[in-house]
Amino acid sequence: MLSTLLSQIVNGLVTGALIGLIALGYTMVYGIIQLINFAHGEIFMVGSYGGLAMFTYLMPTAIQNQWYFALPLLLIAGAAVSVAVAVLMERFAYRPLRNAPRLAPLITALGVSVALQEAVRVFYPGATAALPFPKAFVEGTWEIPVPGGTVPLRWTGLLIIVTALVLTFALNTFVNNSRMGRAMRATSQDRDVARLMGIDPDRVIVLTFVLGAALAGVAGVLNGVDLGFTNIDLGFQNGIFAFTAAVLGGIGSIKGAVAGGFAIGLVKALGGQYLPGGTAYDYVWIFVVLIAVLVFRPQGFFGETERVRA
Amino acid sequence: MTRRRTIITAAILAGTLGLTACGTNREEGEGEGGGTTAGACDTSKGTLIIGMVAPLSGGLSALGLGMRNSAQLAVDQANEACKVPGYALAFQPEDDQANPQIASQAATKLASDENIVGVVGTLNSSTSQTVQPILNQEGIVQVSPANTGPALTMGENFATAPERPFDNYFRVSTTDLVQGPFAANYLVEKSGKKAIAVIDDGKTYGANLAEQFAQQATKKGAQIVAREKVGERDTDFSGVITTIRALNPDAVYYGGEYPVAGPLSAQLAAAGLNIPLMGGDGIVDSTYVSLGGRPGDLATSVGAPAESLPSAKQFLDDYAAQNYTEEYSTYGALTYDATNVVIEAVAKVLANGDYSADKRAEIVAAVADTNLQGASGEIAFDEFGDTTNKVLTVYEVKGDSFAPVEGSTGAFEG
Repeated sequence: MLSTLLSQIVNGLVTGALIGLIALGYTMVYGIIQLINFAHGEIFMVGSYGGLAMFTYLMPTAIQNQWYFALPLLLIAGAAVSVAVAVLMERFAYRPLRNAPRLAPLITALGVSVALQEAVRVFYPGATAALPFPKAFVEGTWEIPVPGGTVPLRWTGLLIIVTALVLTFALNTFVNNSRMGRAMRATSQDRDVARLMGIDPDRVIVLTFVLGAALAGVAGVLNGVDLGFTNIDLGFQNGIFAFTAAVLGGIGSIKGAVAGGFAIGLVKALGGQYLPGGTAYDYVWIFVVLIAVLVFRPQGFFGETERVRA
Repeated sequence: MTRRRTIITAAILAGTLGLTACGTNREEGEGEGGGTTAGACDTSKGTLIIGMVAPLSGGLSALGLGMRNSAQLAVDQANEACKVPGYALAFQPEDDQANPQIASQAATKLASDENIVGVVGTLNSSTSQTVQPILNQEGIVQVSPANTGPALTMGENFATAPERPFDNYFRVSTTDLVQGPFAANYLVEKSGKKAIAVIDDGKTYGANLAEQFAQQATKKGAQIVAREKVGERDTDFSGVITTIRALNPDAVYYGGEYPVAGPLSAQLAAAGLNIPLMGGDGIVDSTYVSLGGRPGDLATSVGAPAESLPSAKQFLDDYAAQNYTEEYSTYGALTYDATNVVIEAVAKVLANGDYSADKRAEIVAAVADTNLQGASGEIAFDEFGDTTNKVLTVYEVKGDSFAPVEGSTGAFEG
């Protein structure tokens, strides 16, 4: 049925936009220091708790029910908390290991991931279980009429798609056109030569973490607003998909991360509907697609083939 | 130099944090165990421990913490009343995070202690599957207030050739063999739903409950329009919802627990499917509503509602008097009873004689002979270790919590 097909495509786009927003953080950090930052999923989770803390403890009750005041504040709080955690993480967990063998920061990233999850669980009041998240946006659904039925699109879902596209465009412009963006690209190509050109690699690396974390924080708040709750294990689950999206799109590529996110969202939604096994197997199809793409195109959709370094 | 100093500072900081965390834990433990050494009783022979394995953290902790407090209450009262002559009772709750693997670690820890006389728990059928054999090896009696999976007492072939796998395992809750069909009767006959979509989370409890429901609903003339599965950790159910939306169901039955069921109900409504969701005892908690459950959603739960039973009045008053931070939740009264089953058996066996690990077999036998008037009603066990009390109740979401549906309490009669 047409309405079912279109509904699943809409579902896939919403899921994909969210995953894409997180995947940008994976891809940028990998691009610049070749580190798969497994703790990035937790940065997403921490962002949602940042937004929640803002709503619960800081926001005047008068504006809690007016989403046009509340939502921007939640987004700022979420992004700020994510950025703060990411900067601390870079400074104390990754920078001391900058010149260590690659495996050391990778294991550290896994450790940071567990530590962040447990820290929120222990120190955030009530975080041992899922907590209700404020629905700080227009509630309800846009019923798009199509021949033979309607396609429901939650307004919050639309918000996620639009935000993801706008932020990706902004990020892409920043990296390609600004002075700092040029420094980022230079550092990712060759850190030592960049340093010779007067670029401070530490500053550039921190900036990369900041940008990725801000996007993840925004995604964390949007996800909370869309679902109506948040949970400490959301970061792990979405992080795995975002990492997969980054690899699928070509790790290191901004366009690739978002394309990979949408690809995963669509495979999950359409695979669950039309492929054998139904929704019980939708995760299986995601990884089948990943393996198939990597067999024929190991660098992903938009990735560059591995440069040989002297 | 600076770098080294940073690392050392970080290490010290981490160490301090770790110590603080331990400190808090221990304090809590003592606080909860407090009052166990009632002054008036003779406790010269030492301390015996009743263990618990339940989810004290994680998604199901609202249920688990209610269980912990209720068992604590039973143990405290037994100490005050000098139930077990010569011994003080202590209570040792272990967290399983609703995870079978962690549950087996918790059970191993408890089983290694000579002074454990019995274990209350678990909440989930899937965690009991790993706990049962470990406790069985040491002959420790296990009484669950909440497990509903039929295989736990009747073996894998519970429908055709029931055979009891572990003779140290008992439960005071009824099984899915009764609960699923009971729900089907209500939804099809009382609510008049004819096209039902059945969804489960693929875990021992959820999948089996959904299966038992679907069989009975079909028998009663309803059509099962869809049979779908979702992941235990999923948060976005739009895919499943789109699939069933096309089939025009007039109700959804969900086999699983509230961390998934609440958001699922909310997303059904968001997709324009304003049909009620019904579930089992795993969704009966006010957290279900705060996570998105809607007024009109239904659930069955084991036993009669504690608020309506005269026998439960005492438990509710005593629980309120303790000022616990958490509610007693769905399994409070049943956990209180399960704990008392163990305490009564221990008291009977140790009435004349000292405790040693050899007495555990006698304790198991004493539990099998239980005949107790508990907070949830009469308690006795059949030859499989199942409760003979097979009463269930339908609950409906009203306002922001579940309320029992008037006149729905009863036993399943086919």
